[in-house]
Amino acid sequence: MEDLGAVFILWLRDLKRYWYDKPRIVASLGQPLLFLFVLGSALSPSFQGPKGVSFTEFIFPGILCMTILFTSVFSGMSIVWDREFGFLKEVMVAPVSRWAISIGKAFGGASVAFLQGMIMLSLSVLVGVRFSLPVLLTSLFVMYLIAFAMSALGIMIAARIKEMEGFQVIVNFLIMPIFFLSGALFPLDHLPAWLTFMTRIDPLTYGVDLLRGTMLNVHSFPLTLDFLVISFFAVVMLAIAVIEFNLLD
Amino acid sequence: MEAIKVESLTRKFNGLVAVDAISFSVEQGEVFGFLGPNGAGKTTTINMLCTLLKPTSGVARVGCCDITKEPNKVRREIGIIFQDPSLDDRLTADDNLRFHGYLYHMNKDVIERRIPEVLELVELSERRKEIVKRFSGGMKRRLEIARGLMHCPKILFLDEPTIGLDPQTRAHIWDYVLKMRKESGLTIFMTTHYMQEAEVCDRIAIIDHGKIVALDTPAKLKETNGESTLEAVFLKLTGRQIRQQAGESAWTQWMRRP
Repeated sequence: MEDLGAVFILWLRDLKRYWYDKPRIVASLGQPLLFLFVLGSALSPSFQGPKGVSFTEFIFPGILCMTILFTSVFSGMSIVWDREFGFLKEVMVAPVSRWAISIGKAFGGASVAFLQGMIMLSLSVLVGVRFSLPVLLTSLFVMYLIAFAMSALGIMIAARIKEMEGFQVIVNFLIMPIFFLSGALFPLDHLPAWLTFMTRIDPLTYGVDLLRGTMLNVHSFPLTLDFLVISFFAVVMLAIAVIEFNLLD
Repeated sequence: MEAIKVESLTRKFNGLVAVDAISFSVEQGEVFGFLGPNGAGKTTTINMLCTLLKPTSGVARVGCCDITKEPNKVRREIGIIFQDPSLDDRLTADDNLRFHGYLYHMNKDVIERRIPEVLELVELSERRKEIVKRFSGGMKRRLEIARGLMHCPKILFLDEPTIGLDPQTRAHIWDYVLKMRKESGLTIFMTTHYMQEAEVCDRIAIIDHGKIVALDTPAKLKETNGESTLEAVFLKLTGRQIRQQAGESAWTQWMRRP
């Protein structure tokens, strides 16, 4: 159980790197804010939302998921940078079980993404979304769960790609589709059949639905199903990441 | 007693033999030099002994244990300064050392006591709270040495620890390392391209094309080869041909120095 110290310090490292790099915290809020206010305001007049929810309110949980998705996947994938800059060797040569490395990293990435999500969440006041305390606490829990699942996905990817060149490919062909197909920006009902299919195989769809259901009580699937799918995805991704780390030379 | 014992250690990469059935042993408290041209197999050997790379065949014991059977026990006993930088330069010097302490299962109190000690040793005490990115190349190297010594290893691996550093810093680094050896009986396994540095070794192995071509004390090596300097011995044993390997420029520059 002495490997818990390693899990703790890997987690703390990610938080410290996040804390020291304040310009990045501000910079990475730019994109979600642009989506929320420009897209939100532009499309609100033509949006027929369920239960009188405005478009800006509707996409707010989706934009939260977007912030969490990008921050957590990139944090998980920072292992590629660690390899490139040599720091991974320092970790790999230490007397630490390989599982502790992937788990510490998963919590680190999840926590950083969660904090970033909290900053976005605090802007909910501007959008006019109000929560009761139980809803707020449930939302925070759901956000951490999504962050953890996506951070594990990032680690799983990082264990596979050996060079930074592969990074952009992953972003364009995996991360962007995960975001756009998740229903973060549009309702999942009345879509063409192919798009319906694509949205259903996107794990983040269930995360967005769960968060939107929690916050606005607007959802397309039973919330229990959402919860089970996203938890299952988190466990599977983490398991693959741990196995891959054990195989690393 | 032997600190390192290697028998027929071999590593192949896609059929190419990088290290070819080498055998040697290093005594406890010895400074053992591992010299060879670029691409001779030095770093591959170090990576195997440090449990970062699995041997294709052969056995090696480092400290108490076998490198493939009990890698975690080996990892506890060794410290390593890698050839390439391996610090997290977005964290402070302090953070880097504390991180290392936790990875090596050190007690919290011991970590807080050791950090100022090792920083003092490499004269970086005043930079403790500074982000490593702002450090010069020499300071980063000194911090890596402090980190390698942080958990009081029994065996220290130094893979070209002084490459790219000015003569002042190089002299300082050897001062620390030799001081550590004197004070704590540290065993040192090092590679270098600087032949003056190799003179401090108790024994030297010269490796070329994955095989050990000579192994003796610096004095004996000079004597048996009838040369007056280690450099001449080295060139005699490994030839004058430049090796087709990345990183050779530093070596050729050094050779052409006035």
